[in-house]
Amino acid sequence: MIPLKRRKAYDAIFVWLSGLVLFFSLLTLFSLMMSLLIQGVPRLNVAFFVSFPSRFAEQAGILSAWVGTLTVMSVTAVVAVPVGILAGLYLEEYASKNFLTSIIEINISNLAGVPSIVYGLMALGIFVYQMHLGQSILTAGLTLGLLVLPIIIVTTREALRTIPTTMREAAYALGATRWQVMRDHTIPYSMGGILTGVIIALSRAIGETAPLITIGALTFIAFLPSSIMDPFTVLPIQMFNWVSRPQEEFHQNAAAAGIVLIGLTLTMNALAIYMRYQFRKRIKW
Amino acid sequence: MKFQTFNKNSKKLLCFKERLIEVGLFLCAFLSILITLGIVFILISESIPFFREVSIRDFLTDPQWTPLFFDAHYGIASLILGTMVTTFVALSFAIPLGSIIAIYLSEYASHHVRETIKPILELLSAVPTVVYGYFALLFVTPLLQKIFPELSGFNMLSAGFVMGIMIVPYVSSLCEDAMRAVPMYMREGSLAMGATKLQTSLRVIFPSAISGIVAAYILALSRAVGETMIVAIAAGMQPNLTLDPREPAQTLTAYIVQVSLGDLPHGTVGYQTIFVCGLILFLMTFVFNIFGHVMKKLTREVYE
Amino acid sequence: MVNERAIIKNLNFYYGETQVLQNISLPIFKNKVTAMIGPSGCGKTTLLRCFNRMHDLYPGNRYEGEIILLPENQNILHKNVDPIELRMRISMVFQKPNPFPKSIYENVAYGLRIRGVKKRSFLDDQVEEALKNAALWDEVKDRLSDLAFQLSGGQQQRLCIARALAVDPDIVLFDEPTSALDPIATQKIEELIQVLKERYTVIIVTHNMQQAARVSDYTAFFYLGELVEFETTNILFTNPKVKKTEDYITGRFG
Repeated sequence: MIPLKRRKAYDAIFVWLSGLVLFFSLLTLFSLMMSLLIQGVPRLNVAFFVSFPSRFAEQAGILSAWVGTLTVMSVTAVVAVPVGILAGLYLEEYASKNFLTSIIEINISNLAGVPSIVYGLMALGIFVYQMHLGQSILTAGLTLGLLVLPIIIVTTREALRTIPTTMREAAYALGATRWQVMRDHTIPYSMGGILTGVIIALSRAIGETAPLITIGALTFIAFLPSSIMDPFTVLPIQMFNWVSRPQEEFHQNAAAAGIVLIGLTLTMNALAIYMRYQFRKRIKW
Repeated sequence: MKFQTFNKNSKKLLCFKERLIEVGLFLCAFLSILITLGIVFILISESIPFFREVSIRDFLTDPQWTPLFFDAHYGIASLILGTMVTTFVALSFAIPLGSIIAIYLSEYASHHVRETIKPILELLSAVPTVVYGYFALLFVTPLLQKIFPELSGFNMLSAGFVMGIMIVPYVSSLCEDAMRAVPMYMREGSLAMGATKLQTSLRVIFPSAISGIVAAYILALSRAVGETMIVAIAAGMQPNLTLDPREPAQTLTAYIVQVSLGDLPHGTVGYQTIFVCGLILFLMTFVFNIFGHVMKKLTREVYE
Repeated sequence: MVNERAIIKNLNFYYGETQVLQNISLPIFKNKVTAMIGPSGCGKTTLLRCFNRMHDLYPGNRYEGEIILLPENQNILHKNVDPIELRMRISMVFQKPNPFPKSIYENVAYGLRIRGVKKRSFLDDQVEEALKNAALWDEVKDRLSDLAFQLSGGQQQRLCIARALAVDPDIVLFDEPTSALDPIATQKIEELIQVLKERYTVIIVTHNMQQAARVSDYTAFFYLGELVEFETTNILFTNPKVKKTEDYITGRFG
């Protein structure tokens, strides 16, 4: 028989171990930030934001990259947000349990796990070569839109699921139609959760690199796009380009671009977490 | 007074509107099927011409992968091995760390602690992978070289390690969900027998949640297999038939990046190779994802 | 003079393969309170939810038989009857107070709004009248724009009653309306139901026999999906004809 003292000791050791593991994970995040900051901060000046890329590291900037990120994200949002929310609504509020619905469900959970680079290959085949959209902002936005669609669908469904059935029944019992129930109740009450999902999806899209490389994002763009059919670059691609160069000076540029990128995604995530917290506090069922 | 409900015409119109909305929403949901079909169609249609040129036998047994060389070899083994080694390294960090955190969050942490730690952990998976690649190449590798001086500048160890850290929150949150789905009476039953929390967690909760936990591991595996930028930046671009994580090697995903960065003309065998790699990636992750999904559903059904 | 407002004829109800209601026949009298009692799982709530076809919201449910609304002489279970139209005439109050996370005013006005009523003065009048009928007006008249969640549980339930009354229904269904409330709030609701029957026909499902005895004029006792006995409340509680009813009301099972 194991003495109680020892059993208790194991328990205490486990708590320490978990603390250690958590500390280690957060330390990694911390050193990642520090290594970026130490390398990159000296390069973060106004010129860096308003200059095009250049062969000379100290003259290079991220103007075309952040403009590209903004424009591509706009296309992504326009594609993915409405479609994702509506699909989520259908699956949660309309779909009866049948073969087709369960196929759609399994399919979405699979799509959420398909490597992003495979989306890139699909986009290369369909948008670039079949539909002749070129290696454009439109193609990139569509690709990332499809990529984050499952995230928006899944979070929309989760948000809808937190609304108690009694709420829907109360509205139906007053004679509301399905659409009225959605318009007046389910959509407004789940807006917090849905918006959180949208922000998280877009922050994921901002950081995506691989699928845009496969569709042929350029790394050296020394002009600003005038339409969504123009070629483009985005922040992560610019950063990737600089990381892959052997010179130390370009690594500094990469770190600076990384700070901007991580600043964007972390801010968006923090915003999403804050919003989720606020909405949870506001409506308690 | 009594309210008139509808007259015949407005009712018909309303029905039509409701129907129209339903059809519109259905099409949105159905789009997801079209995406999958699109992926499958493109990958297969671009792979078929490749297999007309290259025999399946060479593809599977040739030790070399040099499609872009004059003396082209098409042995997929080295890329698959590279993928397997980086995945293995990643999971050997992500699974233990993620599971420990999950047990802690589910069984030990107070509500307050859990609500504080989880969002911070989530930030780990919010970091763009290209930034992780930078971190692996320019921070972790130099650090590891102090421990293993013979470690090369590109290597699978640091890429795998960083990938593992990235996956930790994914594993921990899925495992935690599975363990928290185990009903309270199971815990109480064990604790009432005089078991400690650790004994309860390891002997009762963990086994009860096993299908959800296995699902978490499999989904993590799927994610590691498909991860691209970290390995493309930090593990090197040379196909290398090796099991040693200290060496550089190319993965399936990194190869696709390498070819995409160049300008191979559409329709050549070299161009088709990336779709073949994509097809293999898709099939592998498809099997994992479906298996994981089914396992996850199993846990949910047991305790409902 | 006692008029029938509805007649249930040979009603069977199936949840998938399981039959939950077995050949129920029962009259519902106009401007009376009819209570449905019985142990849990006896089908009383299921029967109540047939009246506004709530079962239509979920797949796999099937009705057989008729519920005939009088004097229109219309079978509301007929598949040509639009459940939405039906629910506009038969309101329901649920087990737990379930106000919408909207203002008090909007909660009561909701039923009118979805019917397309836009005129503010008309809405104001109806909301006020409904809140008065639900004996809530004096407590909330100065804070109609507050969120409904800020009300107490009992007030929330009366708000739900007001919400059901604002559309001027023919029949009001109560599904164990006081099971989540404290005794004082319960008493208020019971008193309210007594008043409501002057204008509406009321059906109430309750697990509380004393409540049925206090508020209802007629009582139907159900057991395992069957109607065991239907009588005026007075007779059913003092002189039941069926042994099973007697066992139940004297607390021998249940």
